[in-house]
Amino acid sequence: MKRDADFDELARYPGEWMRGEGPESDIVISTRIRLARNLADFPFIRRCSDEDRLSIERTVRARMDSLTDQRWKSAHYVDLEPLSEIDRQLLVERQLISREIAESDGSRAVAFDVTEGYSVMINEEDHLRIQVMKSGLDVQNAWEQVNRIDDMLEEVILYAFHPRYGYLTACPTNVGTGLRVSVMLHLPALVITEQMDRVFRSMQRINVTVRGLYGEGSQYTGDFYQVSNQVTLGYTEAELLALVGEEVAPRIIEYERKARAALLKNNRDDLHDEVSRAMGILSTARKISSEETMHHLSKIRLGISLGLISELDVKVVNQLFLQSQSAHLQKLQGRVLGTAERHARRASFLQHHLAGKDDPTWN
Amino acid sequence: MKCQFCEKPATFHITELTEPAGPQVMHLCEEHAKGFLQKGATPPVSAIAGALAKQIGQVGDDLEELDQKECPVCGISFFEFRNSGRLGCPYDYTHFESDLRPLLVNVHDKTKHVGKRPTRSAGTADSFARMIGLRREMEEAIEREDYERASEIRDELKAMEDPIRTPPSDPDETT
Repeated sequence: MKRDADFDELARYPGEWMRGEGPESDIVISTRIRLARNLADFPFIRRCSDEDRLSIERTVRARMDSLTDQRWKSAHYVDLEPLSEIDRQLLVERQLISREIAESDGSRAVAFDVTEGYSVMINEEDHLRIQVMKSGLDVQNAWEQVNRIDDMLEEVILYAFHPRYGYLTACPTNVGTGLRVSVMLHLPALVITEQMDRVFRSMQRINVTVRGLYGEGSQYTGDFYQVSNQVTLGYTEAELLALVGEEVAPRIIEYERKARAALLKNNRDDLHDEVSRAMGILSTARKISSEETMHHLSKIRLGISLGLISELDVKVVNQLFLQSQSAHLQKLQGRVLGTAERHARRASFLQHHLAGKDDPTWN
Repeated sequence: MKCQFCEKPATFHITELTEPAGPQVMHLCEEHAKGFLQKGATPPVSAIAGALAKQIGQVGDDLEELDQKECPVCGISFFEFRNSGRLGCPYDYTHFESDLRPLLVNVHDKTKHVGKRPTRSAGTADSFARMIGLRREMEEAIEREDYERASEIRDELKAMEDPIRTPPSDPDETT
């Protein structure tokens, strides 16, 4: 595996899973599947000494190095401990690592592939967190890939597995399969029509968690929701995949489509006005926060999928979602920026890209 | 310790991960804990915290005794687990088995894994205790520069890892 990664280069392009394609991609941003695994001969992270953590990291790295799979050999292996805060934040924004592992201390690392389709976190809450990401609603392919990686790692790493309780995890909420299937949905029409509460309530009874992303605690509403299985023990992987991918996600997608159709039919002018205003603000603002950016980009994304905006591709909007975040802006600029500078930089970045021009400061 | 919202004892301690303030520890009585959780915390936290709250209600007066119970391998007490929601080592699932089972029922509604099984396994649950113990012993041997002993232990650990076998199925098929 390559021992480092070019973070400046990484910041310039979105990963494969952010390309805005795949099934139901007008509503489903991405599918993510993760497996929690632990080594049999070490305590869980909470009871690990610094030496234990270092030893886990070294053991896993050496075992991963021994794998002969060609695709694995071209993967990056990044030691997170010596990394700058901005580079760690960049990996968080790309969802290659969690906020928890970025902000924790001690030996920890991540292995990920060049197209960023998968990553393996080492010394997160569990010794290993293997995750695969796909664009759109693509549960089956994500599972097949994560399962292959798990099989490969299992050849060289002895997992903590209990005949009755399955894969043992630090938190009993992950024990058994260690499997979490998450689908990220863009639900602006359900938010506008104030139907999200109903969706939340209907999901509570079926072992599924719905969680709002972004916008929580800020003045802007968040239109992005993550749906994932709540239980991990006592069900087969296939049952959990079907629960999220075939039962719950399609149902919410259908609600959102109905809400969008109703909005178009009854409130087309209001909606068109709102979408155009969002476009206007992002095209002309001189300084803007990331929360406000998300809020308006969400409206623009809705406008594109309803045919109210034709001059912009959803792929560009996805890229703007990613690159208008703080660490990306700073990597692209090549230096650390204060809050006020970031707001100004973000505004100029958005202006140029929405106008379809190259940003002169980058080239 | 008293509940943050009333005079009742705080039997329930939640670590809430909030942005941007970071982790915040809440000390609550059972009633306030339930109210707090119904408002909806982040999923893993709320699931484990909710299940723990329920269990505390079920255990009642024996809670103090249970809290003091410690794992002989990693040293975590049930109190510490209850506080953090995180276990200390794989052997905890064996050592605290009877205490964790009601919790697993509260969280998952089931207690028996039916999914994927690895082709290699440490064998029995006791092997985790043995392996973690051996590794610790090996580190101590290295520290006192007893490399002969350290290498013996390394071989022993390797031998425990090597045999490829399918894990035995669970003899207890009742639930």
